[in-house]
Amino acid sequence: MDITGRKLIVKALQEEGVDTIFGYPGGMVTDIVDELYKQEDKFRLILPRHEQALVHEAEGYARQSGKVGVCLVTSGPGATNTITGIADAHYDSIPLVIITGQVSQGLIGNDAFQEVDIVGMTRSIVKYGVTVNDRKDLGRILKMAFYIARSGKPGPVLVDIPKDIQKANGPSEYPQTVNIRGYKPNTSVHIGQLKRAFKLLRSAKRPLILAGGGIHISRAEKELTAFAEKMQIPVVTTVMGKGAIPEDHPLYIGNSGMHGRYAANIAEMECDLLFSIGTRFNDRITGDLNEFAPKAKIVHVDIDTASISRNVVVDVPVVSDAKLALTNLLEWAEPLETGEWREQISAWEAEHPLDMKKTKGVSPQNIMTSIAKVFGDATYVTDVGQHQMWASQFIPLNGKSRMITSGGLGTMGFGFPAAIGAKAAIRDAGEDRPVVCITGDGGMQMNMQEMATAVCNELPVTVCLINNKFLGMVRQQQQYFYGKRYELVCLNKRPDCPPNCKGPSEACPPYVLDFTKWAGSYGVDAIRIEKEEEILPALEQAAQAQKDGRSMVLEFMVATDEVVLPMVKGGMANSDMILK
Amino acid sequence: MTNKKLKNRWIAMYVENQVGVLAKVSGLFSGKSYNLQSLTVGTTEQEDVSRMTISVLSDDLTFEQIKKQLNSMVEVIKVMDLTDVPIHMKEILYAKIKGVKGEEKQEVFRIAETFRVRICDIGEDSVLIESALTERKNNELLSLLKKQFRHLEVVRGGSVAIESISTSCR
Repeated sequence: MDITGRKLIVKALQEEGVDTIFGYPGGMVTDIVDELYKQEDKFRLILPRHEQALVHEAEGYARQSGKVGVCLVTSGPGATNTITGIADAHYDSIPLVIITGQVSQGLIGNDAFQEVDIVGMTRSIVKYGVTVNDRKDLGRILKMAFYIARSGKPGPVLVDIPKDIQKANGPSEYPQTVNIRGYKPNTSVHIGQLKRAFKLLRSAKRPLILAGGGIHISRAEKELTAFAEKMQIPVVTTVMGKGAIPEDHPLYIGNSGMHGRYAANIAEMECDLLFSIGTRFNDRITGDLNEFAPKAKIVHVDIDTASISRNVVVDVPVVSDAKLALTNLLEWAEPLETGEWREQISAWEAEHPLDMKKTKGVSPQNIMTSIAKVFGDATYVTDVGQHQMWASQFIPLNGKSRMITSGGLGTMGFGFPAAIGAKAAIRDAGEDRPVVCITGDGGMQMNMQEMATAVCNELPVTVCLINNKFLGMVRQQQQYFYGKRYELVCLNKRPDCPPNCKGPSEACPPYVLDFTKWAGSYGVDAIRIEKEEEILPALEQAAQAQKDGRSMVLEFMVATDEVVLPMVKGGMANSDMILK
Repeated sequence: MTNKKLKNRWIAMYVENQVGVLAKVSGLFSGKSYNLQSLTVGTTEQEDVSRMTISVLSDDLTFEQIKKQLNSMVEVIKVMDLTDVPIHMKEILYAKIKGVKGEEKQEVFRIAETFRVRICDIGEDSVLIESALTERKNNELLSLLKKQFRHLEVVRGGSVAIESISTSCR
């Protein structure tokens, strides 16, 4: 018996095991929404306050749960608002299925009300995007969408469904299998290549593992740790790979790259074999490509063929899922003589430890270490900017704790909604882990409307807002590289401010907004922290509040001139670090 | 060692015969700043499959990357590198030479004969040449025509290529 398109869409979501849908309605999805009304008991429907935030919430959900995040938005502005989120998911390989409504087929091309070519607009930022042109293809396309999103190197898939297709009758079957002749994700590993890689490793005197976000995507943290241990190889991570090995592990050095640890960057410069896994050698990691790991042979394990030898030419490429490659390598692993090399690395660490040397006061380092102390095994979700780097430097990930951050696209406004999405995933899994959103006063204001989403959907998160009254990361660039010409970075600037202001003074106007009053208007408690001794009690109070199901906002007032160090200037070699 | 020298290279590629595939493929070249020289597309013996013939100017490393990026597209079924394999390759070119009479007209005929291309239409003072040669030969023909005649109208189709059966030359 034939059924309507809208019925089949909801059936598809059920068959794919979807439990949570992030949806924002509009004319061209009201049919699907109406169908969801009838199946309200089958799904958790979350209504965000903006479609960009909606996608970030689905990203947070997907990153926390490992499942596909599902978005439902209308045509036109509903669809265009998702673009930043889709790009973010694309760069960080997050599995999403985005269903966009579209005007009826007869109206496409007419510049109809709320008509945009969303498939055309997103072509370069989706793993796959398609408009359903025939009702009989609907089931197959939805099946493909979920399969493509979650398999291989995960990513966002956009399915654009015209309104008449949603209403049209057609086959009721949702396919159980999928076969796409142009898409065969790699599910095996070339043992010969892996053996070559292992041979290089075994003959290395100064081997180093560089672990990226791929370790988390393939959930291979245990295998990586076991492999490093068995081989006695020290490990550095990318920002996305942070937590690939517990940070209190003696073999862990730290993050490498632009704001990486001194010892980690120098180890990369000095190693004779770099075993990189699950990273695409982004420019933030490599710095000047000619100076990247100059003394090393490079092994590169990645699921994505196109990521290999794109930025860095490698000696042994291995196309494989990280977990699969590591499981195979573990069978051959044997301890290497790396004692001297590790001592050398420890000496570099002792030379320039990661320390802001300002442990007093409301310093970023103090805030971050206190957050970690109070929240422990939490999910930490950051926005983008200085606070993101401080969090990646000073919040150690051990045990079950993890960090969710916008690494590839660097999307301000990501943090708060992604934290809400992560909490939704934790709740759906029946767990009780806290979610801490670490954000800045700039990034928070890009998606602060989502406080309503957190409150109305009872998704409590703790917002640790680092307020330095500036767009700090850009301010820092201006301080070091642009002669302290602080333009467009002061969030307090008014028309009557003095020209060419060099920084805050007594004469500055009061900061707008008042975050505590703002939070209060949602019925959310907030504390402004201006003294060191207030940090821990405030965090403890917020942790308790989250246990009791309430969000809290903690506004940490930090000095404007705090900077993230070490820092490598864009395009320079990683050895060329500004340390103080 | 990989070659950093820019070189003309050829790809033949099977893709899904669907709306948007051409836009996706051409968008890859513009979006990633690859130097696309020519792209032709048409259906094959299988009606739901199209075949593209693509020419790019690139170094070894970029070319490898282009092939990988094309391969990773869901709509792309198969990518074949035709750069160094025996192929048959032709490009269709029409050249309308206008304002030619008497001796000039005879000169057009002589050129056509030399290049072994067909005169497919003719008027009182104009001649239409139809050429199906390699792209390079067409370039040479065109440069000669440009030198000799002032009023030209030219349309070119881009190359199509197929692997040889028995010959070993291009």
